[in-house]
Amino acid sequence: MNLIIAFMLMTTLIPMALMLISFWLPMMTPDLEKLSPYECGFDPLGSARLPFSIRFFLVAILFLLFDLELALLLPLPWSSQLPLRNHTFFWASTILIYLTLGLIYEWQQGGLEWAE
Amino acid sequence: MLPTIMNYIINPLALIIPILLARRTTNSPKRKIIGYMQLRKGPNIVGPYGLLQPIADGLNLFVKEPILPSTSSQILFILSPMLALTLALTLWAPLPLPSPAADLNLNILFILALSSLTVYSLLGSGWASNSKYALIGALRAVAQTISYEVTLGLLLLCIIILSGGFNLETFNVTQENMWLILPSWPLAAMSYVSTLAETNRSPFDLTEGESELVSGFNVEYAGGPFALFFLAEYANILLMNTLSVILFLGSSNTLFSPELMTTNLMTKTALLSILFLWVRASYPRFRYDQLMHLTWKSFFPLTLAMVIWHLALPIALTGLPPQL
Repeated sequence: MNLIIAFMLMTTLIPMALMLISFWLPMMTPDLEKLSPYECGFDPLGSARLPFSIRFFLVAILFLLFDLELALLLPLPWSSQLPLRNHTFFWASTILIYLTLGLIYEWQQGGLEWAE
Repeated sequence: MLPTIMNYIINPLALIIPILLARRTTNSPKRKIIGYMQLRKGPNIVGPYGLLQPIADGLNLFVKEPILPSTSSQILFILSPMLALTLALTLWAPLPLPSPAADLNLNILFILALSSLTVYSLLGSGWASNSKYALIGALRAVAQTISYEVTLGLLLLCIIILSGGFNLETFNVTQENMWLILPSWPLAAMSYVSTLAETNRSPFDLTEGESELVSGFNVEYAGGPFALFFLAEYANILLMNTLSVILFLGSSNTLFSPELMTTNLMTKTALLSILFLWVRASYPRFRYDQLMHLTWKSFFPLTLAMVIWHLALPIALTGLPPQL
């Protein structure tokens, strides 16, 4: 077994053990008031499954695109050691410039405005 | 047989248990420090100078009744704190202090990848609680975390180019002559602020905005699961600080006394953590759109420029690091 897998196994077992302790150790007296969702003491008004907010979705999409850019740029520490370094620099800056243009367009169109 | 037990069981435990206990030992000085910064004394009743307070808090949390709300999605509700703590503890494995518990060749990549998974526990806890406060808090937390992750990744890529590889142990060698904070202090400043935002720490603690959302995504948690979330948060804070120290304020590994390096690293980690506290006691909370403006409009364009800078300059001045 790999060392990192053994480590992950340990770090999974310990929180599991802690959860078991926390559910078995105390005295449980559930009643209706305790188990209802919290809304400053009132009964909850309406369902908690909120309608979809487009701003959070936009932030998630932005994150997706720029994280993929980061993933494309990840080989840079190795690729900057290749014999033709100018090529590496050229292609890396091409990727960055395209994405910067995308960011500029997004900024102009107000997509980052209330990116909340 | 004995080496196997040592390697696979005792070594991980020797790393994990002190992390879990770290909160118990450092929480008391932390509260006293924040108290004195706010011109009041911190807890001083429980033990001598209040030093046993966190132990009392921990016992308190585990003895109280955990609540499983009737309207929540039960499995997700229970799994989210476990996921949070699992990730927070696993992230400590590849850190070189100076020799890591699990020696991976692509240390930083592993750490970046796993720290991105913590958003799942935030999202899971908010959704599973089936409460509006929790859901709004969780959505805000997730959006904040993923936004700051982009800039953090690009910043770390810059210094990785300077240092030569994704292995954290090469950072020790890189910083033998000079701390990396000196050539890349804008990156260090931005990455420090990004780690503040990643760990949902003041002044970016909107998600636990107590005046607004009554504890945000963990409003429905009580007792043990709540303790797990906060253990995970403290472990994350210490981890981010240790990572910042290894990356920017490194110390070199002297071959015959690795304990010297460990002490050096951890002292600097403690100083950075005190800086976290200082920032917490000093600044008011960011408004959410200000927070997003900071990352997408201030940090991100600067980071993109920094990547081109850190790629172009070493190539032009033949200052690239040796390839391992």
